[in-house]
Amino acid sequence: MPVVSYIEAIKTAMEEEMERDERVFVLGEDVGKRGGVFRATEGLYERFGAKRVIDTPLAESAIAGVGIGAAMYGMIPIAEMQFADFILPAVNQIISEAAKIRYRSNNDWTCPITIRAPYGGGVHGALYHSQSIEAIFANQPGLKIVMPSSPRDAKGLLKAAIRDPDPVLYFEHKKAYRLLKEEIDNNEEVIEIGKANLIQEGTDITVITYGLCVHYAKEAAKELAEEQGIEVNLLDLRTIYPLDQEAIINAVNKTGKVLLITEDNKEGSIISEVSAIIGEHCLFELDAPIKRLAGPNVPAMPYAPTLEKAFMVNQDKIKQAMLELALF
Amino acid sequence: MTKHTELGLSEEEVLDMYRIMLTARRVDERMWLLNRAGKIPFVVSCQGQEVQQVAASFALNREKDYTAPYYRDVGVVLALGMSIKELMLQAFAKAEDPNSGGRQMPGHFGSRKLRMLTGSSPVTTQVPHAVGVGLACQMNNDDAIAFVTLGEGSSNQGDFHEGANFAAVHKLPVIIMVENNQYAISVALNEQVACEKISDRAIGYGMHGETVDGNDPFAVYRSVKQAADRAREGSGPTLIEAVSYRLTPHSSDDDDRTYRSEEEVKQAKEKDGLISFREYLIAHNILTEENEKEMEQTIKSLIDEATDYADAAPYASPDTLFDGVYQ
Repeated sequence: MPVVSYIEAIKTAMEEEMERDERVFVLGEDVGKRGGVFRATEGLYERFGAKRVIDTPLAESAIAGVGIGAAMYGMIPIAEMQFADFILPAVNQIISEAAKIRYRSNNDWTCPITIRAPYGGGVHGALYHSQSIEAIFANQPGLKIVMPSSPRDAKGLLKAAIRDPDPVLYFEHKKAYRLLKEEIDNNEEVIEIGKANLIQEGTDITVITYGLCVHYAKEAAKELAEEQGIEVNLLDLRTIYPLDQEAIINAVNKTGKVLLITEDNKEGSIISEVSAIIGEHCLFELDAPIKRLAGPNVPAMPYAPTLEKAFMVNQDKIKQAMLELALF
Repeated sequence: MTKHTELGLSEEEVLDMYRIMLTARRVDERMWLLNRAGKIPFVVSCQGQEVQQVAASFALNREKDYTAPYYRDVGVVLALGMSIKELMLQAFAKAEDPNSGGRQMPGHFGSRKLRMLTGSSPVTTQVPHAVGVGLACQMNNDDAIAFVTLGEGSSNQGDFHEGANFAAVHKLPVIIMVENNQYAISVALNEQVACEKISDRAIGYGMHGETVDGNDPFAVYRSVKQAADRAREGSGPTLIEAVSYRLTPHSSDDDDRTYRSEEEVKQAKEKDGLISFREYLIAHNILTEENEKEMEQTIKSLIDEATDYADAAPYASPDTLFDGVYQ
């Protein structure tokens, strides 16, 4: 079985889907000859040509908007935002248009677009190449948002996003690109959107997170199990909008203690909604207050390594939070 | 040679154009009455722009081209095949409205059957969509083209710039027609743009641009026809500015007396393209006293029928609120 990195999994998913369906095409900045600034589309231009791997002008609203138009025609675009931080000029196209096309036309028109955007910090990207901006989109019915935590999920969720009849935002963590590698045994796996994934079962505390934080949480849980015998029940949200309520409730009820983790700022984040769900449904099962670990409430991640490290959620911070909760 | 035969338009075609323009005007007038009578909550008008809307639509291939009309385009949607009844169902927000099933306000057109993209309220978002359709046509060797309209105020939006630039770079089969009616709600043209003509902006995109008299159906038809020919032969997009005047307030909730003089509106009404086109058709014996009377009567009875139908039609059931969020 081949060992595949997170970014290779993304590229392979696009390659296989483009091979499978002629309507699938890629558009974005530097996705063609350059193969993407992170190399996520490497080789696609050579394989599928300039008509299906389109280098666009530097204009994010057009990347989304032109993709949306092509999707209405019947194509299946994969639009790449070079950095999630730069998606903001396209927000009107994504929220006012893509999210509402099916609803506003009473099911007459559809918009099967996938918008990929690299997010996340810890890569010396400073304020505007490090952000987690998923919360902006996570109260927009009509949109789906997935955030893979492993190469296997990166591939399976991207295939699902491309095949989905509705618009899907796909946020991929930049630091995960080459950090995470694993064997992928089932090449054709499509991972269902809308379902969370129980990474490991445990009886002491529940941890709910998504994206790269799942990896950190797994590592921290391994250490805690070895050092302290604490067993962590770890749920990966996978789809952060709409949330898998049932999985969240089940995971919380299993241990009665829950730690929620995001790399984003804490206020109004994805885990804020998760904690509201827990508050509504699990109050009498809780043995401790809901605990949240998130980025601090400063505008974004600074460049200097000391400040970046202080901002970033990491394995040590997660381990500490897990321990505190277990000892509560 | 007459103006219409010079363009290859038959007497039947120009009469049909006039009939649709007149229908648009009469439908719009009826909607104002219905609004003032408290029957429908909102109207946003086409009055003063019907000539350019219908003439432009006739220059397209209405069997295969795609359109992304903006909220004033009653003339465009009628020319493409939307019925008076369907427009009334939209005005009354009834379940049977083909545009949105009563979910959107009037003027938010869309019909997959008519290849008319669904539109929203934030202006100019439709320009990149039309460009995306043009891209898809090019990718699929489909010789259809995309025709998109917007107001002159909307040409200041970023999406206008991003869409036009994209279309020009990729030489896409797209026609962008700015319907310059002199006002963006209350703000007059000279406070919206400093360029002499909106079409001057085409130079910056490296595409063909021209300004035409929107009250002259032949000038508009010629301009859009040539743009369509260029688009189909792979010569890329065109920016057309059709100049007319908005004869009504912005919408049923606006009072235009607060920002423009009645004298100005009166003068514009004298230049109404519908009047000069009618005179042309009479002068060429295409419109006669007899067929004009019949045309007016037919339109009136269709509007009456459509109004009664739409008024009596059911609203969407509350049970359908959640339909169509996702597949």
